[in-house]
Amino acid sequence: MIELLAHLGKNTRSSFSKLGRGTFFLLQCLAGIISVLPRPRLLLNQMYSVGVLSFLIISISGLFVGMVLGLQGFYILSDFGAETTLGVMVATSLVRELGPVVSALLFAGRAGSALTAEIGLMKATEQLSGMEMMAVDPIKRIISPRFLAGFLSMPLLATLFSAIGIIGGQIVGSGLLGVDEGAYWAQMQAKLDFYDDIINGVIKSVVFGFVTSWIALFEGHDAVPTSEGISRATTRTVVNSAFSILGLDFILTALMFGDD
Amino acid sequence: MQHTSTQDTLVGLFVAAGITALFFLALQVSNLSALTEKDSYTITARFENSGGLKVKSPVSAAGVKIGQVSAISLDPKTYEAVVKMSIYSQYNNIPSDTTASVFTAGLLGEQYVSLEPGGSEEFLKNNGAIEITQSAIILEKAIGQFLFKSAEEKK
Amino acid sequence: MGNRISCQNTLISVSNLSFSRGDKKIFDDISLEFERGKITAIMGPSGTGKTTLLKLMGGQLLPNQGSIIVDGQNVHRLRRSELYNLRKRMGMLFQSGALLTDMSVYDNVAFPLREHTKLPESMIRTLVLMKLEAVGLRGAYSLMPNELSGGMARRVALARAIVLDPMMIMYDEPFTGQDPISMGVLVHLIKALNKTLGLTSIIVSHDVHETSAIADYIYVLSGGKVVGQGTPEAIRQSDSEWVQQFMTGAADGPVHFHYPAKDYMDDLLSTGKRY
Repeated sequence: MIELLAHLGKNTRSSFSKLGRGTFFLLQCLAGIISVLPRPRLLLNQMYSVGVLSFLIISISGLFVGMVLGLQGFYILSDFGAETTLGVMVATSLVRELGPVVSALLFAGRAGSALTAEIGLMKATEQLSGMEMMAVDPIKRIISPRFLAGFLSMPLLATLFSAIGIIGGQIVGSGLLGVDEGAYWAQMQAKLDFYDDIINGVIKSVVFGFVTSWIALFEGHDAVPTSEGISRATTRTVVNSAFSILGLDFILTALMFGDD
Repeated sequence: MQHTSTQDTLVGLFVAAGITALFFLALQVSNLSALTEKDSYTITARFENSGGLKVKSPVSAAGVKIGQVSAISLDPKTYEAVVKMSIYSQYNNIPSDTTASVFTAGLLGEQYVSLEPGGSEEFLKNNGAIEITQSAIILEKAIGQFLFKSAEEKK
Repeated sequence: MGNRISCQNTLISVSNLSFSRGDKKIFDDISLEFERGKITAIMGPSGTGKTTLLKLMGGQLLPNQGSIIVDGQNVHRLRRSELYNLRKRMGMLFQSGALLTDMSVYDNVAFPLREHTKLPESMIRTLVLMKLEAVGLRGAYSLMPNELSGGMARRVALARAIVLDPMMIMYDEPFTGQDPISMGVLVHLIKALNKTLGLTSIIVSHDVHETSAIADYIYVLSGGKVVGQGTPEAIRQSDSEWVQQFMTGAADGPVHFHYPAKDYMDDLLSTGKRY
């Protein structure tokens, strides 16, 4: 019993100390962004590996999620004779929830894990240490550009996901199932608000991008520099990102759409 | 860091695609176009009961959308619902004796304000008021009345 | 302390340094001096914290006690920007080379120049090719680090370490895991660079023969203490058992074959509680 308590206490302490290190890391990383701005080349290279390389998986997933929503939504709505509101259903679910959340989860799996592994391996092969000895701050040179790239790419990816999803829903809804195309768009336009729905969705994805990039980079930087340590860190990135995304989504949803 | 120019192009395309998607969502998916493209003026109507009417519920005449509800409040003295409506300024010839009613689109559809133009030569201006209104039909009340009536008829 | 080198010739002096990691004492009150323009070697069995000493000198770790003075500056009292300025004049060659894997050999060597100077690309090219020529790898400038052998990677890292013309270079285990030819190349390079560039070199190593062939002065560390020091000749003839065991490579001696453990019989007969 006492052993259990001691174990628990030790775990709590280590998780608090990790949170502390993580916060300190985040502050350093944010401070480092200033020195990235005069060197857009660094950002551009990372936008490529974080954003462009995630583009394909995001757009294909978006298309399929939209198509499934179109299909499922049609079966449910046609029971009530309300097929014309299919567009509203597809667009609302994508713009408010599925776009930001699913693309953030995919982003954590695709780009987040890659970032953790990359930083972890750089640490293991002494590249970070080497940079420090060359008087180059690895936080500024390596971490901050990646953070900024993740933070900027996420809303772009989520917006693309939603847009492609809505088109996917339209392809299935009016292309295959015969919902009137005009009604699909018109009902959607009447119901969705630019600020309440779309901007709130974008804000969500900005938050998710921030958190996912932070977790991914910190886990990499904090990884035990062995193969096992890096593999664990990569797993933690995906798991912790997923938890944070879903938890934050609940909080953000309650804040944004609570009084409607 | 080879192929830098290809990389630049791809990043450029990626950012452009993201921004295009945002524009698509703004203009094609949401009502931003409706709000920004059209000027509007405000009229008010008082209802005994506004039912399920909400801000942004459509206002239509003869089935054509001509504006939307911009605010709903309760008059503290008369206990009436005061509904403010933004009407697109192209429809500036609504007669002053127009009737406003709260209707429901279909059985489960949303509620909207329907305007039935009267015959007056005078038109409503900005901040004008519609005098003749018909409240929302509350489904439970209507069914209750119907059952009550048919029970009385059977006697 | 009688045989200390006179002070004005000292580039780095480590005095009364203590450092521990957790409960384990890595250095216990050690003092070392490194003379300008010479090759000084720090030798000792693996696990004695030789790499840690280099990291302490580079200001990457903080000592528990004592000070390290590099070129008149106390490394651990410097502000961050001052430390970074000092590091520009300290080259370090990591055991693995620590080349940046996402850049070609050329870009790796150009990296410190691009980060710290605003030189035009044409001048960077000249400097990079000169340094690559010095390590004999000018022809390999377009290769990526994963296409290099271990010895080549170390030579590229060496070119990178000298590209800013530092006053000193710290070599972390430069000979480990090298075939005899690359080892010979590295030994030759270290000696030649030290002479032609007027560098101060510090070699951390446990390769007795190669190191004593080029070092001017040797410190032997063990168990957190300096157990022997002197010229290679003096070290070879040292009467210390520690030093003799290390230099001749005997399996048992003052440094035991066994890692400290509790009694063997007790351990075998115990109930097998897991740790």
